[in-house]
Amino acid sequence: MRKQEIQQGFKDGVPIALGYFSVSFSFGIMAAGGGLSVFQAALTSLTNMTSAGQFAGLQIMVAGGALLELAVTQLIINLRYALMSLSLSQKLSKEVTMWQRLVIAFANTDEIFAVAMSHEKDLSFPYIVSLQVLPILGWTGGTACGAAAGNLLPSSVNSALSVALYGMFLAVVIPAAKKARPVLFAVILAALLSCLLYYVPLFSGITAGMSIILCTIAASAAGAVLFPIPEEGGEK
Amino acid sequence: MKVYLCIGVMTLVTYLIRVIPLTVFHKKIENRYIRSFLYYVPYTCLTAMTFPAILYATKSMASALAGVAAAVAFAFRGKSLVTVAAAACLAVFVTELVL
Repeated sequence: MRKQEIQQGFKDGVPIALGYFSVSFSFGIMAAGGGLSVFQAALTSLTNMTSAGQFAGLQIMVAGGALLELAVTQLIINLRYALMSLSLSQKLSKEVTMWQRLVIAFANTDEIFAVAMSHEKDLSFPYIVSLQVLPILGWTGGTACGAAAGNLLPSSVNSALSVALYGMFLAVVIPAAKKARPVLFAVILAALLSCLLYYVPLFSGITAGMSIILCTIAASAAGAVLFPIPEEGGEK
Repeated sequence: MKVYLCIGVMTLVTYLIRVIPLTVFHKKIENRYIRSFLYYVPYTCLTAMTFPAILYATKSMASALAGVAAAVAFAFRGKSLVTVAAAACLAVFVTELVL
């Protein structure tokens, strides 16, 4: 029973780990390009396990931003994980203890969360932990390899790989925007605001991190006010 | 040393966000507007990070635009994250080769 759960966890983690390796490779290249060592880049990935958050954090670190700016950016960008943890906690088996929750929380990423929620049974601690192991290794290992190899690769390859992370972001956003008009509205607004802050000279004092925070809050708030999502009916 | 401090701050904030709802506060958020706001956050945030930054990520804006077009086309057809990312990289590589 327990062995089965562990095997299933590792099996479900393989595709996530492969995807993570390739995407974090390009994060590694960017981190090295921004002046981080291989160890520092890998440590960032190992301890954070976020794509968007790390990427924004790297931009702020490279720009020499303030710690408060860094903290607020992480808070806003990663706030969605609070929602995911909330949902995850509803699906945990009753046997999961407090200290096990402390462990599970560490690598509750978008993809691991999605796979865990589609698991047919209540979630046991052995299953979640074995699900998380390979993606953590893939994410950290890919970052280390990218940071180490970044300088060795031809600049044309580096240039091409630098859009991998953005490509992944678009792969998350576009299908959601296609499915729901309100999402399309919110993301177009976010893109317009972001360009406005970037190109209009009046806003040139606004840092990259601040811009991400402002655009995210403004566009999400506009979406929430104009198109609040329907109430969940009939569920517990 | 500043780098490690930055990594530490990022780690702490990110972990607290994930761990608090799983341990202390695992009640459901009832407010419709807060739930809606949080629903939009991942999409708006990813978009704000992508534009206009992606236009300046490669050697030329032309190759970046090719990358955007490829990513949008593949994502629109519901391809996986890895496929979309690979298509964007390939489009950039080919464009820079041709130009």
